[in-house]
Amino acid sequence: MKVIGEKVQFVSGDDAVCYGALLAGCTFFAGYPITPATEIAEGMARLLPKIGGIYMQMEDEISSLAACIGASWTGRKCLTATSGPGFSLMQENIGYACMTETPLVIVNVMRSGPSTGQPTLAAQGDIMQARFGTHGDHEIIALYPNSVQESLDLAIQAFNLSEKYRVPVILLLDAEIAHMREKLVIPDDFLIINRVLVTIDTKEYHPFRTGFTHPGSKVPEFAPFGSGYHTYVTGLTHEEHGFPSTTDPHAHDRLVRRLSEKILDDEEALSYLETRFCEDAETFLITYGITSRTALAAVKNARQKEKKVGYVRLKTIWPFPKKTLQHILHDAHDVIVAEMNLGQLIMPVREIFGGARNITKVGGEIFLPEEMERVM
Amino acid sequence: MLPTIFCAGCGVGSIMNYVLRAIERLSLNINKTIFVSGIGCSSRIPGYIHADGLHTTHGRAIAFATGIKICNPELNVIVFTGDGDCVGIGGNHFIHGIRRNIDITVIAVNNFTYGMTGGQLAPTTPRGSYTTTTPYGNIEHAFDMAHLAKVAGAPYVARWSVLDPHQSIKSIGEGIRKHGFAFIEMLSPCPTAFGRRNELKMVRDQWEWYKNNTIHIKKLEVLRATSEEVEIKEAEKKIIVGVLQDIEKPEYVSEWNKLLERVACTDR
Repeated sequence: MKVIGEKVQFVSGDDAVCYGALLAGCTFFAGYPITPATEIAEGMARLLPKIGGIYMQMEDEISSLAACIGASWTGRKCLTATSGPGFSLMQENIGYACMTETPLVIVNVMRSGPSTGQPTLAAQGDIMQARFGTHGDHEIIALYPNSVQESLDLAIQAFNLSEKYRVPVILLLDAEIAHMREKLVIPDDFLIINRVLVTIDTKEYHPFRTGFTHPGSKVPEFAPFGSGYHTYVTGLTHEEHGFPSTTDPHAHDRLVRRLSEKILDDEEALSYLETRFCEDAETFLITYGITSRTALAAVKNARQKEKKVGYVRLKTIWPFPKKTLQHILHDAHDVIVAEMNLGQLIMPVREIFGGARNITKVGGEIFLPEEMERVM
Repeated sequence: MLPTIFCAGCGVGSIMNYVLRAIERLSLNINKTIFVSGIGCSSRIPGYIHADGLHTTHGRAIAFATGIKICNPELNVIVFTGDGDCVGIGGNHFIHGIRRNIDITVIAVNNFTYGMTGGQLAPTTPRGSYTTTTPYGNIEHAFDMAHLAKVAGAPYVARWSVLDPHQSIKSIGEGIRKHGFAFIEMLSPCPTAFGRRNELKMVRDQWEWYKNNTIHIKKLEVLRATSEEVEIKEAEKKIIVGVLQDIEKPEYVSEWNKLLERVACTDR
């Protein structure tokens, strides 16, 4: 893509997210400035007009996500980017996007919280908010890169998954990666997935009917607004025809179970992990994002001291890669989760390995290898 | 989907009727007309129209509608909202939608209360009125939605009550045709949740109230030119109805398209 420029660049993680979004086919961005995600808004404001796309600066994060959802219903791929306080404001509309099966991507460049916290410093404190921030039972997809290159790669993947499953996908980014400059190679070849458009006759069409033309699928086909299909979309509990059914227990049960199952059925396919030194490992160090860069150094150092330590990095945070991790940790003697919060990902890890240990760090500074080596 | 959820004496059905008549008169393509709404009684209207509809979150309808319109300008985007939805929880989106001047038409059904939740204090509840959350009378000042739209700069602003079907249909049509943000406030009775606590239990009483407490802008202008100050002051206490603003100003989608052309030129 011409607007992206040179094939090899030295750019920030925020820049890489912009490029990834454009390559994935994103043509709409709505956002509100917030450190440390502002550069994504700035990048999209500069780049989108060059490809005939649309950038909108909204009045807050609530309306930013609202505009993205509206835009997505015209058939466009949409992006918004924010940080902790803005992510908190978005929670209601994240639930709306889940309930209405609206594809879009939300980048949350995390900072220390609660509240305004440390706007310019790194933290990994929104792991659980990404999962449970909005009310009600739901599943979510959240991806987590650990480099500038992977910020681009996973941005493309986030769009693909949002289109495939018709869900909001959250790209969790560390402030350290968002603001760090690294070598980025723009890929020539990558997979693009687009939402499945409706093909049946308008008479047979129900906006939230699944498995009709694609047997077994739990994802409905999409008819963009203005296509003549007369789609009614509501955040209320609805039947296949889209209209509210707020008092029928079965209607709610059916809908909410399907919304969860369409993601959970594919948990293993959605489990992106990186493992190193795991073949003979007895101790496993599990990390994600910027923390994994320290972890790799720590594991290498431990290996030099002939400690049997394995490196496990999660690129998929949600749905939690339970089955894949169970397999990896099958013969583990010791499991350590290192994270820049007071203990969040440790919770699902302990469901698999009850005795897993947690080393935590908050305050904005990333882990040092020796802090991890000390506990291995 | 019928019968509707609307209570006896509710004005929402009439307003839906006026909007559909306006659409019919303009011969709008219903396949290219999108109805967006927030949360509340009036926001249930799109569910009764055989067309594309987006029933969104409380107060945010204008923001959702903005995303739709900018992405597909050939669509006519009509927003149904209520007083609590529009100037309570959604007040910020309302003034910023107007400021941006995006080409959508907002029909705000003002019944002075939160009807869906059983009649609580709304930002439009008149001073001294009783609601379930102002059992000793409302001490707050009410928002004048149409005036707010006017001073925020909406190019088309009108206000009518459900007693003005012809004027309403005409204004809704003018609003849809307006190239920019059009705001039509509709005074609408809620005997069930508001009226019964304010001696307006019978819908007829509320109709009478509209007659006695509204004044047409043109009539007020005549009064201002010809009457005594006391009489003018008395008249100005009433709710002003009519077309309150009709001006031209650059519209967001058109301006964005001009920007795209400019960027494309520099890039070449």
